[in-house]
Formats: sequence, structure tokens, C-alpha cells
Amino acid sequence: MDFRFDIIIEYAPFLLKGLLYTIGLSVGGIVLGTVLGFFIALGKMSKFKLVRIPFIWYINFFRGTPLLVQLFLVHFGLMPLLMSPTNTVISALVALSLNSAAYVAEIFRAGIQSIDKGQDEAARSLGMGSRLTMGHIIFPQAFRRMIPPLGNEFITLLKDSSLAAIIATPELMYWGRAASGQYFRVWEPYLAVAFTYLLLTLSLTYLLNYVEKRLSNK
Amino acid sequence: MIRVKNLKKSFGDVEVLKDINVQIKTKEVMVVIGPSGSGKSTFLRCLNRLEETTSGTIHIEDIDISDKKVNINSVRADIGMIFQHFNLFPHKTVLENIILAPMKVRKKSREEAEKIAYDLLRKLGLVEKAKVYPDSLSGGQKQRIAIARALAMEPKIMLFDEPTSALDPEMVGEVLAVMKGLAQDGMTMVVVTHEMGFAREVGDRVVFMDEGYIVEEACPLTLFSAPKHERTKAFLSKVL
Ligand SMILES: Nc1ncnc2c1ncn2[C@@H]1O[C@H](COP(=O)(O)OP(=O)(O)OP(=O)(O)O)[C@@H](O)[C@H]1O
Ligand SMILES: [Mg+2]
Repeated sequence: MDFRFDIIIEYAPFLLKGLLYTIGLSVGGIVLGTVLGFFIALGKMSKFKLVRIPFIWYINFFRGTPLLVQLFLVHFGLMPLLMSPTNTVISALVALSLNSAAYVAEIFRAGIQSIDKGQDEAARSLGMGSRLTMGHIIFPQAFRRMIPPLGNEFITLLKDSSLAAIIATPELMYWGRAASGQYFRVWEPYLAVAFTYLLLTLSLTYLLNYVEKRLSNK
Repeated sequence: MIRVKNLKKSFGDVEVLKDINVQIKTKEVMVVIGPSGSGKSTFLRCLNRLEETTSGTIHIEDIDISDKKVNINSVRADIGMIFQHFNLFPHKTVLENIILAPMKVRKKSREEAEKIAYDLLRKLGLVEKAKVYPDSLSGGQKQRIAIARALAMEPKIMLFDEPTSALDPEMVGEVLAVMKGLAQDGMTMVVVTHEMGFAREVGDRVVFMDEGYIVEEACPLTLFSAPKHERTKAFLSKVL
């Protein structure tokens, strides 16, 4: 079997550009997802049942349906209502953010609820209101516990961003498909793409382990 | 200072407090004793509304704190509370633990808050612990820091819920000594404890609770030497 490195070399600049989109989409997705997820978590923990219900169903929907379906709903359904012409990068970013927000919300909720009730009671008995208590006492402690699951969610998101190739977002997988289509080859483009993802996820895992160690030493 | 009238509290269908009536005067030290599950903690936690009451009224000075319209945060700022398990904030240093609420709730400047904190730490002989995290403290030190944290708010009342129950025996004394000092300085205190020696020595009044009622209350001398009710006698014979 011949392995045509020349295809990879020819497509290298495009793969590189795609890589930047992949990184951009996952970083953007996790950041927006985290901000959104925080509020969804607060909503789901509300004292009022009527407030909780929409947040519960948001989480149910985005965790209980395939990301690919969500991507189509956003790109072909939601975005045309908001902008024209639509933009595949924005569609992918919106879908990834909405999706990761649901997972992040559950991470936040678990983190916040893992903090001993005594912490909340101590803060409140000092006259601190719910905002002060959340901001200074509960959240900072919960956040430390959230870093490992948040990191995992980031890695998942990074891999899942490859689905955006199907709506023609010019990320890493998209250029792999393009190279494959042009030369009718499978191994060279997809192995190149696979190794790039692997490089990203392994370095992230390494970084996460390092951060975790630093935090547990403190 | 505190007037509790017809206080009732239920968790679901279970009535834990069944008509509590009691008054606590300024500078008085009231000790609450009673068997496990009798409602002592629940009673104490109602006094700063960590538990919502089911019915009845609790007046702190002239404010009915069971009224939903009351700004409960400003009421709580004036009532210190000490817990069995200290509940120090583990992600903050001792100093940060003490100055947080004075700065955020009382709106004091950092300098003012730190001055108050260091004065308290000096009194307690814990100045050298100002910059360490609670994890590195002994249980007795943790509880004394928790007391300092509460005192930094300059409260009018202090509530203690079994402050020495989680301590190794050799550390009980140092915490009780701080509490005794507070009582001598004229702090109004409600103390739930199993330390009968403390109750006798420091308490102005001892209240015996059982099954959600105040069964008997008297000055320590009377209650310990001549209890009136059978249940009080039975309880005292077990703990004394
Ligand atoms: N949040 C709660 N939900 C349901 N039941 C509760 C709750 N808190 C307390 N109880 C119940 O109320 C009763 C009184 O509890 P409380 O903690 O006030 O007793 P206590 O006198 O402080 O006992 P101990 O000496 O063991 O601390 C117990 O039967 C307890 O199980
Ligand atoms: Mg108790």
C-alpha cells in the first residue's frame, strides 16, 4: 500500500486553518457554555418550581438529543430567523454553546450541591445574603471541584465540534473530508485529522492533570 | 432582648417544637440542655431564622423576625452563631474568614476590619495564625476562630450549638474559657451544650427541653440540685 504524504502536505495549510477553527469553536463553545450553564444551573436550583421547569427541560433536551440534530435545528431552523445569510461558523458556535451549557449546568449544580450545608449556614448567620454567600463562599469552593469535569466536557466538545463539518463549517474535519473527496483517498486525510485531534486531546488531558495536581496540593 | 411566644416548628408532618415560650434578658446566659432529638438545635436555629418557624413569634428587641417582611440579613448580622463543626471557610485564611462579613455586610474598610480582627486574635492568643488556612488548625483553635469571626460583627447576641461536642477532650477547656470570658463581658448568650459544669458555673438560667417542649427552667443551682419533673430527673441522672 502506498501512503501519499503529498496529499497531507498539499492540504496542510487548510488543515491548519481548520485546526484554528476547531480550537476557536471549542474554546468559544466552552466559554459561552460555561456562562450560560451557570445561569441555567441557578435556574434549576430555584426555590420556585415554575422557574425550575424550563431549565430542567432545557437540560433534558440538550442532553437527551443528538448534537447532530441540534446542529441542524440551529443551522437550518433557528439561525435563518435571526440572520441572513446564515454563517456556518456562527451556527456551529451557537449549537455547541447551547449543547455544552446543558452539560456545564449539571456540572455546576453538582459542584454547588457538593459543598457542605454548614458553609451556607455560617455565611448566612453572619448576615450575608444569597449573592454574597454564593459569590464569596459557595462558588469559589465549588469551582475547584468543577475543574476536572469541566475539563472533560471541554475535551468532549472539542471532539464533537467535528460534527460541524456536516453543515460545512470550515473546521478540521471539513478539510479532511475535502481532501478525501478530491483524491478519493481515505487513510491519508482522515489519519492526519485523527492525529491532530489526538494531539489536542492528549495535551489537554496532560494540562488538566497538572492543574488538578496543583489544586490538590494547595 | 429575645421573646419567644408560642413557637412551633414542624418538618413535614413531624412537629419538632411544640409551643415554646421563653424570654432571654440582655446580658443573660441561657443554657439549653436535653436529650438528643429534643429540638434544641432547631430552637436555636429558629432564633436567627436558619429555620423558618411554623407558627408563633420571635421578637429580637422590637423586631418580630418571623415576619417575612423583615430584612433577615440585618437581623442575622447582629446575632453571632457558633456551630458544632465550626464551619470556617476553608478557602480563606483565618484573617479573611474574620474580615469578610465586616467588610461585605457592615461595609467597613479593610483597615478597620483588620484592626478588629487582630484585636480579637490578640485576645485569643492566635495572632500568629492570621495568615494560615483553617485546615492547619486544631479543633479548639478552629472553634475559637469561629467565635472571633462571629464577634467581629459586634453582635448583640451569641448562639452556640454544642460548640465543644466535636472537640477532643483536651481542647474543650480553651473554648469554654473563651465563652466564659464573653459571658463576663456581658454578652447575651444562648448555649446548647452537654457541658454541665459550664451550665452550672456560667449559666444564669438552665432550660431543659424534651420532645419539643421546655419541660423545666430554673437557675442552675435549683435545676441541678432540685429538679421538679421526672423527665428532668431522669435526664440529669444520666448525664451528671
Ligand atoms: N431539616 C430537618 N428535616 C427533618 N427533620 C429534622 C430536620 N432537622 C431536625 N429534624 C428532626 O427534628 C428533631 C429535633 O432535632 P434537633 O436537631 O433540633 O435536636 P437536638 O435536640 O439538637 O438533638 P442533638 O442533641 O442530637 O443535636 C429530630 O427528630 C430530628 O430528626
Ligand atoms: Mg443539636
